[in-house]
Amino acid sequence: MAHIVLSDEFGRQFTGGQTHFDLDVRDVRHLIRTLEEMFPGIGEQLEAGAIAIDNEIIPDPWLNPIQPNSEVFFLPAIKGG
Amino acid sequence: MAGYEDKSFKWIGTRPVRPDGVDKVTGRANYGADMKLPGQLTGRILRSPHAHAKILSIDTSKAEKLPGVKAVITGKDFPVMHNGVLPGDEGVNFHYLSCNIMARNKALYDGHAVAAVAATSAAIAEEALALIDVKYEVLPHVIDVDLSMQPGAPLLHDDIFTTGVTPKPEKPSNTVQRVQMQLGDPDAAFKDADVIVERSFKTKAVHQGYIEPHAVVAEWSEDGQCRIWCSSQGHFMVRTLTARLLKMEAAQIRVMPAEIGGGFGGKTIIFIEPTAVLLARKAERPVRIVMSRDEVFRGSGPAPGTSIDVKIGAKKDGTLVAATGEFRYQAGAFPGSPVGAACMAAFGPYALTHVRAVGYEAVTNRPLCYSYRAPGAPLSSFAVESVIDEIAQKLSMDPMEIRIKNGSKEGTQMVYGPKLKAVGNLECLKVIQNHPINKIPLGPNQGRGLAAGFWFNMGGQSSAVVNIAEDGTATIMTGSPDIGGSRASMALMAAEVLGIDYTKVRPIVGDTSAVGFCEITHGSRVTFATGMAIIQAAEDVVLQCRQRVAKMWEVDVDAVKWEDGHARPAGANAGDQKPLSLAQIAAKASRTGGPLVGSAAINAGGAGPAFGVHICDVEVDPETGHVTVLRYVAAQDAGKAIHPSYVEGQIQGGVAQGVGWALNEEYIYGADGRLQNSGFLDYRIPVASDLPMIDTLILEVLNPGHPFGVRGVGEVPIVPPLGAIANAVARATGVRMVDLPLTPPKILAAIDAKK
Amino acid sequence: MSKFHISTTVNGEAVEYLCDPKQTLLDVLRDELNLTGSKEGCSSGDCGACSVMLDGRLVCSCLVLGVEMQGRSVETIENMASDEKLHPLQQKFLEAAALQCGFCTPGFLVAAKALLEKNPNPTESEARYWLAGNLCRCTGYDKIIRAVLETAADMRGSK
Repeated sequence: MAHIVLSDEFGRQFTGGQTHFDLDVRDVRHLIRTLEEMFPGIGEQLEAGAIAIDNEIIPDPWLNPIQPNSEVFFLPAIKGG
Repeated sequence: MAGYEDKSFKWIGTRPVRPDGVDKVTGRANYGADMKLPGQLTGRILRSPHAHAKILSIDTSKAEKLPGVKAVITGKDFPVMHNGVLPGDEGVNFHYLSCNIMARNKALYDGHAVAAVAATSAAIAEEALALIDVKYEVLPHVIDVDLSMQPGAPLLHDDIFTTGVTPKPEKPSNTVQRVQMQLGDPDAAFKDADVIVERSFKTKAVHQGYIEPHAVVAEWSEDGQCRIWCSSQGHFMVRTLTARLLKMEAAQIRVMPAEIGGGFGGKTIIFIEPTAVLLARKAERPVRIVMSRDEVFRGSGPAPGTSIDVKIGAKKDGTLVAATGEFRYQAGAFPGSPVGAACMAAFGPYALTHVRAVGYEAVTNRPLCYSYRAPGAPLSSFAVESVIDEIAQKLSMDPMEIRIKNGSKEGTQMVYGPKLKAVGNLECLKVIQNHPINKIPLGPNQGRGLAAGFWFNMGGQSSAVVNIAEDGTATIMTGSPDIGGSRASMALMAAEVLGIDYTKVRPIVGDTSAVGFCEITHGSRVTFATGMAIIQAAEDVVLQCRQRVAKMWEVDVDAVKWEDGHARPAGANAGDQKPLSLAQIAAKASRTGGPLVGSAAINAGGAGPAFGVHICDVEVDPETGHVTVLRYVAAQDAGKAIHPSYVEGQIQGGVAQGVGWALNEEYIYGADGRLQNSGFLDYRIPVASDLPMIDTLILEVLNPGHPFGVRGVGEVPIVPPLGAIANAVARATGVRMVDLPLTPPKILAAIDAKK
Repeated sequence: MSKFHISTTVNGEAVEYLCDPKQTLLDVLRDELNLTGSKEGCSSGDCGACSVMLDGRLVCSCLVLGVEMQGRSVETIENMASDEKLHPLQQKFLEAAALQCGFCTPGFLVAAKALLEKNPNPTESEARYWLAGNLCRCTGYDKIIRAVLETAADMRGSK
């Protein structure tokens, strides 16, 4: 089971407080669909931000595989200057 | 794609003259305002003189009748956009963006564009603006972030409902969002602290201060195609946003990248391009719009002012036990303040088990707040570095020791979740610790300040093409505007892979119809990501050369290796063949398969975050409060320095901007909400006589995610200076300064209060 | 408003142009004479990007009116290289990486040339104060000052 961590605002807005999940997901697309089924409306918001898988921010995450023991963090989108 | 391999380089790390250099030193280089098309009209923009007002009506009839005026437009000429962010919008609210470019029913800041004209001369255009009759109903305004968040504050928009709070608000407000990141339980952990320092800080809005104002020339033809010449940090961004805002197809718009005279994030978004296109369409002639300096300050995208609270607790031996920060950032008139990044970066240099960063963003009647070099981080870092310094003072501990003791390193978990990979924070601290500056004795009214800083660096989408001419010389093309000398680095990387001389590689920045998509030049990403695309495109050429030679030698491609710019037999099985140079292979290209073209289009991951550690000496004049920067040393883990002179240049430039941000620069508003210092005389950026030589120490802590070990370098340098300067002033005066900029009157007042 | 006819000397050549009284010398150079090497950064004489030599004196061309040029002489960045070679300052700026975006560079070169013609052996402080009227946002001035001082030394040495 991959360990998924949402940031606090998602906890407040969508999940009633829970921000840590252990889910069996193949890749990022599957993960977002799974979370959307659990919490309708969250998918669009998650896609607007950034994702780090196993300590690396992935710029092109959609089809990125998630390993059974991966750690996934959802982050705010960052702009550079 | 191979990761980093340790090897010695022929070109990487050298300091040749940049390929676009001669044009720049002779005045030949074409920036945005240097373009001139036959029949070109001058465009000018009418801007609101009110900080907040309803626009009751705009009568352009007199302006339209003025001889020489060929077009007049207002907000109603712009297509209506969806108000929200849809999938595929890449996080952009196009309604807000469009309204910022041209006001609709409200003027939201002093300088907000309300109308535009195109005329046969600048003088006629100015006269036409004066003939446009705008009826305003002035409203109360708010420019301070804390005031904007209060209930009862003048409301800018009726459709902003704070996200990230429970319960969901029923009434609109100016507070756009609340973000929170946390590890452990800092509230409980503070109980273990022997000393706690809690401080509040305030900073003012500043501008990126690029010397080249925004400029665009737009040309429209009757088949609906348009051409745009402009300087920007991303001509593909200009195409995408212009196409969306004007409901045009992307391929109908061709954006030609002019040389850019500075950006620092402020040119990663558009302000005048769609206006120029609409004027050109209406006038049926090309239109040039160049912002005046006053317009740049009032009508582009400065960095936000802030109100910050930081609390940090430590044990007697200097171990940090808990830290919290609340970062309240202004947005301008529309959402988009970098408070998320501020929270993520603030505590970056410290390994903390119990830490919380909370951020708020609130709209204010100011120009759109936009990116400025490591957006968000310099201010949150300033606050944290000041508190760390004060803790060190309270514990009578060396500020260097406390940072080394608690320093982030590989494996440290950041407040936003992921753990760091190989980074150079401790290495930078050590090299500063050992620097001779520490031995220089300080005189009266002098102080030494230390600060560390962190930034993510980004990867992202880049495309590149490597074309080999019949004589073996190479033209390489990317779509990344060159804002700091990146063409030199591209040529060095291509020369290294191809194995030919640097002077035989000519790099250009291709327009949007010529080269594949490149994301904006931001996030310290070009040398990393576009460089990776160049490397892959060059490797593609090398593979093709090996394939051609394999055909010529009638062997398998595995029997041909590429070494030193030549195809050589990989072993005895290839036979006794003379090596063939790229030039020799190119000469035969038409008979071995056609043109030699290598290309790559990537979405680069593996960018490495980076740290900077700065130390500086200042002297404060006790009679005037003036601060002189005596000495400045900056260390940074820059990854592999492709062209060391330009890495040094990025560090020195970032330091200078940070010094200005700390000491002089601020947006000054009157009680009427109008900007009072919209020029370089009163918006005082550092000049040559304000600064000493800036000593740079590049530590090449290699990024394993890049074939040459590149880490981004451009943004980290602006993160530590605010803290370093503030800490130096605190040590020099004995007073902790919490209100930026540290102008002479403020310092004098603080010194006098202490007496 | 009718235009003025001006006869003047630009980079050693006799030149004529029409301009309206509000146009600055900078506007004339860029828009009438197509000499776009001098840049507009502020139009208020604060940034020095428009620096030119007017009758041998360093000025901001945005603070001079086009109509004031009758019978006078101006030299711009376009005149700095000669005989297919760069001026030593231009060459040194390239070698020392004393430019990043390059927008302020023409102004700095004109001003630095004026400095070295007046004072062939400036101290670091003298160079910094002379060039304090030229703003740069990219470099932090370090490499620019080094380039100017090194060129001064080279030019003294080669006499």
